[in-house]
Amino acid sequence: MKDNYQKIVDENTPKEDTINNAIIAFITGGIMGVIGNFLIDFYETYLLIPNKEATVCMLITLIFISCLLTSLGFFDKWVNFCKCGLIIPITGFAHATQSAALEYRKEGLVTGIGANMLKLSGAVIIYGIIGSFVFSLIRTLVGLV
Amino acid sequence: MTIKYNNAYINDTITITGPYEAEGPLKNYFDKSYKDLYFNEKTWEQAEIKLIKESIDLLKEKTNIKNIDILIGGDLLNQIVASNYATAKIDASFIGIYAACSTSTLGLILGANFIDKKQAKNIITFTSSHNNAAEKQYRYPVEYGGPKPKTTTFTATGAASALITQNKKGIKIESGTIGKVIDSKTTNVFHMGAVMAKAAADTIYQHLQDTKRDIDYYDLVLTGDLGKYGKEILKTYMKDKYNINLKNYNDTGTMIYDIEKEPVYAGASGPACAPLVTYSYIFKEMKKGKYKKILLVATGALMNPSMTNQKLSIPAVAHAVSLEVIQ
Repeated sequence: MKDNYQKIVDENTPKEDTINNAIIAFITGGIMGVIGNFLIDFYETYLLIPNKEATVCMLITLIFISCLLTSLGFFDKWVNFCKCGLIIPITGFAHATQSAALEYRKEGLVTGIGANMLKLSGAVIIYGIIGSFVFSLIRTLVGLV
Repeated sequence: MTIKYNNAYINDTITITGPYEAEGPLKNYFDKSYKDLYFNEKTWEQAEIKLIKESIDLLKEKTNIKNIDILIGGDLLNQIVASNYATAKIDASFIGIYAACSTSTLGLILGANFIDKKQAKNIITFTSSHNNAAEKQYRYPVEYGGPKPKTTTFTATGAASALITQNKKGIKIESGTIGKVIDSKTTNVFHMGAVMAKAAADTIYQHLQDTKRDIDYYDLVLTGDLGKYGKEILKTYMKDKYNINLKNYNDTGTMIYDIEKEPVYAGASGPACAPLVTYSYIFKEMKKGKYKKILLVATGALMNPSMTNQKLSIPAVAHAVSLEVIQ
């Protein structure tokens, strides 16, 4: 007997609003960039921190705010709305790490938080390091020529 | 395979839910609802244990039954841990079962078997699920807000227990069809409706074949947790493959929440979903005379994250029970 199951599934599966999501991510991601730049300017102008260190301070500030708001329980709703606008910046990494840490906090400091905190974000660290190694290698080799 | 029963009755039931279910359209039908997902416990898993224990205790109290011969039940967590820990506190023989979200009907079938053969007098069958405990085990941390596709279902929080005896009272379990495990070749973990609809279709068709009945024999066919899109898939597939027109049909996953207002995407899922709706709202309507005969087909996606990471498709199973108002 012929079976059209997959076809029927495809016909009854709704399309995701990709364009709409991209527009939201574009706007919210842009706002994140503005906030980041504002923070760098703030650290440079008022706290007289050199540009390179001011960038680090900006990242730490955003990580702190993301973790705090995640712990207060409503950042997940923002991420869900903004999508890649909040996931791609450092806020997404902080949110993924913090939410995993919260989830396992009652299973012990080592067996719970320690073992599970990087469950979602560990891949970012691993492939970030591998990626930067590969690119540094390429840069070095190109520089030698 | 379909088994017919002559003397198995669901005498009484208890349904306990969490806050999201208590905001849905069936809120007035549940026996008890909690406002907090922790249910005054420390963790999600412990909250689910409490739910099961309380639903059994309340059922014993309501029916005035002192001795339970056998408890039959299960849940979604690894090693059906909520059921094991809950029954550790109850003095009765226990059969733990795992059939994902089709656990409720499998429990009814097994219970009715013992009762019909007069091997036991009082059997309580139960199931539970907890949204956050299930999210933690199968998907992402609860506080993680990554976007989900529209076809995602939302695990219902709650526990439901039913007392089965030979006493002619309540709702009759007329027959039960044990489903086959069906692999629909779907790998999308965010589209459980597509994973399970084929299994539901197979079980419904098998049941009608075994009992030599027409689909119109039933006043209502009720599937477990296919959700908004899975429901349409089942209807179209039943028509396409078996030429069966599902007219009086609904899915409990689309009934328990207000899909438009609550953040539940395609609807509810979880072992608790089908019994929470059936034992509360549907049974009340049956007793009022709106439905006389219903076919409850709870559907379960037998999903394991390791297997899906190994790129295997997700098998599914559906078990059906025919429930009747006592004449």
